[in-house]
Amino acid sequence: MLSISNVETFYGNIQALRGVNVKVNSGEIVSLIGSNGAGKSTLLMTISGVNKAATGEIKFDDKNIESLPPHDIVNLGISQVPEGRRIFSRLSVEDNLRLGASSNDKGKNFDNDVKDVYDLFPVLKDRLNQRGGTLSGGEQQMLAIGRALMAKPKMLLLDEPSLGIAPKLVNQIFVAIKNINKEKKVTIFLVEQNAKKALELADRGYVLVNGNVTLEGTGQDLLKNKDIQAAYLEGGGKK
Amino acid sequence: MEKKFFQTSIKDSLFTGLIALALFGPIVGLRTVAKNEVLEVHPKWLIVLIIVIVCAVGRFLTNLYVYNRDQKTGIQSSIGKSISNFLDTKGYQIALTAIIFSVIFPFLPFTDRYLMDIAIMMLTYIMLGWGLNIVIGLAGLLDLGYVAFYAVGAYSYALFAIHFGWSFWICLPIAGIFAAMFGVLLGFPVLRLRGDYLAIVTLAFGEMIRILLLNWYQLTKGPDGLTGIPRPSFFGLPFKSFPDEGEQTFHTFFGVEYDPMQRIIFLYYLILVLALITNLFTIKIRRLPIGRAWEALREDEIACKSLGVNPRNTKLTAFAIGAMFGGFAGSFFATRQAFISPESFTFIESAIIVAIVVLGGMGSQTGVVLATVFLIGLIEVFRDFESYRMIAFGGAMVLIMIFRPRGILATRKPTITLEKSSSK
Repeated sequence: MLSISNVETFYGNIQALRGVNVKVNSGEIVSLIGSNGAGKSTLLMTISGVNKAATGEIKFDDKNIESLPPHDIVNLGISQVPEGRRIFSRLSVEDNLRLGASSNDKGKNFDNDVKDVYDLFPVLKDRLNQRGGTLSGGEQQMLAIGRALMAKPKMLLLDEPSLGIAPKLVNQIFVAIKNINKEKKVTIFLVEQNAKKALELADRGYVLVNGNVTLEGTGQDLLKNKDIQAAYLEGGGKK
Repeated sequence: MEKKFFQTSIKDSLFTGLIALALFGPIVGLRTVAKNEVLEVHPKWLIVLIIVIVCAVGRFLTNLYVYNRDQKTGIQSSIGKSISNFLDTKGYQIALTAIIFSVIFPFLPFTDRYLMDIAIMMLTYIMLGWGLNIVIGLAGLLDLGYVAFYAVGAYSYALFAIHFGWSFWICLPIAGIFAAMFGVLLGFPVLRLRGDYLAIVTLAFGEMIRILLLNWYQLTKGPDGLTGIPRPSFFGLPFKSFPDEGEQTFHTFFGVEYDPMQRIIFLYYLILVLALITNLFTIKIRRLPIGRAWEALREDEIACKSLGVNPRNTKLTAFAIGAMFGGFAGSFFATRQAFISPESFTFIESAIIVAIVVLGGMGSQTGVVLATVFLIGLIEVFRDFESYRMIAFGGAMVLIMIFRPRGILATRKPTITLEKSSSK
C-alpha cells in the first residue's frame, strides 16, 4: 500500500534520513521504533508531505506522492496524527473535529462521520463545546486521532501517541488503535518510543537508527531480538 | 518579604526615573531657538523634572498595585474581570443596545454636525478594525500595511467615479475587488513569512502603495490629490440645494426643505450599514470551513497541513477578504471627503488600525468598538490641547498595556461551557 524507497530528507545541511526503505501493506499495523533524533518523526512528516524528500520515492497505492503538497496527500487517503497532538487549543472540540474533515467533502457528512469517532472515544461527545486546550493530555490525544479519522483515511500515520500521557490512558489509546485497524480497516503506521507496546501491537516493525533502518521483522521477532531488548526494552520492559 | 518588595519597588522606580531623564532630557529639555541667526539652547528643566517624577511615581504605583502578586484584589484583575464578566453575561443585550443607539443617534436632540462627523469617523475606523480583524484576529497574520488597501479602495473609487461617472453603488464593489486583488498581490510573496518578518514586509507594502500614489502623477495627480470626487446620491437622487432644470433631488422628491445635514445623515447610515455588514460577515464566516481554517492556521500551521488544509489558499483568502473590506471603507472615505491625496494614507493610519485591533483584544469584535471609541474619542476630546493630544493617545495605550496587556477584551468569546466538568 505504502512503499518508501531510498528516501533522504534534510533540515538545511543536516541529513535526517539516509536512504530509508519501508513497506506497509494494506490492513497491517506497522511500528517504527527508535531513540530520540533517529528520524522517526521526520519520516512521518516526509510521508505526509510536510517535509519534502530530497531524493527517493514514496508510493501510495502505486502513485508517487513524494512531490505532492500535504493537502493532496490527505485527499489520497493518508491522515497524520502529528507528534505532540497539535490540537487547536483555542478552538472548540467540535471545530477541531470539523477541521479534520477539511479534505473530506468539506465536512458535508460531518454529523454522520463523527459518530464513528464518538464510538471510539465517547468522552469527546461530552466535551464538544469545550476548548481543545482544556482537555487532559489523553483526551487531547483522542481528539487528535479522532480529528485525523474525520478525513476518512485509508491509512493513519501516528506519531508517538503515548507521549506525555497517563499509563492508564495509554492502554486505552492502544486498544483504540487496534480497533481502528481491525474494525474500520484502516492501515496503521505507528511511530513510538514505547517500543514494547508498539511491537506488541504491530504485525511488523522497523528499527530506525541515525536515519537508517537497521532491523526489520514481525513484531514478535523484534520483541525477542537481543539487541532490541538491550537498546530499547531494558527497563522499559519492567515498567 | 513585604519590606524587600518595597525596597525593590523603590529601586525599580528610581531606575525608571533615570531612563525617563535620559529620554526626555534631550528631547524635551533642550529646546533650540533661532535668535539673530544663531541657534541658542533654551533648557526647560522644570518640565523634564515633572515628567521624570510622573514616570517614577507612576512606576512605583503600578509596582505596588498592579504587579504586586500578594495583593489579590489588584486593580488589574478586578477591573478586567468585571468588564469581561459584564460583557460575557450581557453581551447580546449590549450589542443590541449599541446598534439601536447608533441607529437613532442622528435624531437625538444633542446631536450636531460636529458629533456626526466624529461618529462617521469612528464608524470608519470600526469598519477598518473589523476588516483588519479578519487578517490579524482570525488568521493571525500581523498586517502593518492595511492602509494600502484603504488607499487602493479610495483611489479606485475616485478614478472610476471621476473618469467614467459611475455611481457609488457600481464603484463600491469595483473598489472592493481592486483592493482584494492587491490583497492577493501582497499575499503571494509573504506566504512563507510569519511573525516579525511578515509584519516588516506588510509595512513596506503599505509604504510602497503610498509612494506609488505619490509619484504616478498621470494617474493619481501625485501630491495634488484627486478633487471633485462625486458625492453619493440617495439611490439616484443627489443632495443638492439648487437642482438643475427638471432634475429630481432628494429634497424635491420627498418634498422636504433642503438641509445640508441630510447628506451627512445619509453618509452616517451608509458607513453604519457597511460596518455592520463587515461585522455580520465575520461572525458568519467564522462558522464556515474557510473561517475555521483561518483560526486553525493561526493556532498551528503544521497541524493544518497534516489535516489537509491548504495553507496557501487559506492565507490568500484571508488577505483578499480583509483587503476587500478595507477597500469598501476606502471608497466611503473618498466619497465622503470628495478629495483624496496620499497624505491620508500614511503609516500612522495603519498603526492606529492595528492599535485598535490589538488594544481591543485580537479577534474580539466588541473589543474593536471599545478600542475605537476609546482611542479616537480621546483624540477628539483632547483636540483643544493640540499637540498634547498625542501624549494622551500614548498615555492611553500605556494604560491599556498595563491593565489589560492582552487587549480590552482579552478573551474573545468561544463556544465554551466549562466549570462543571473540572472536578477530575
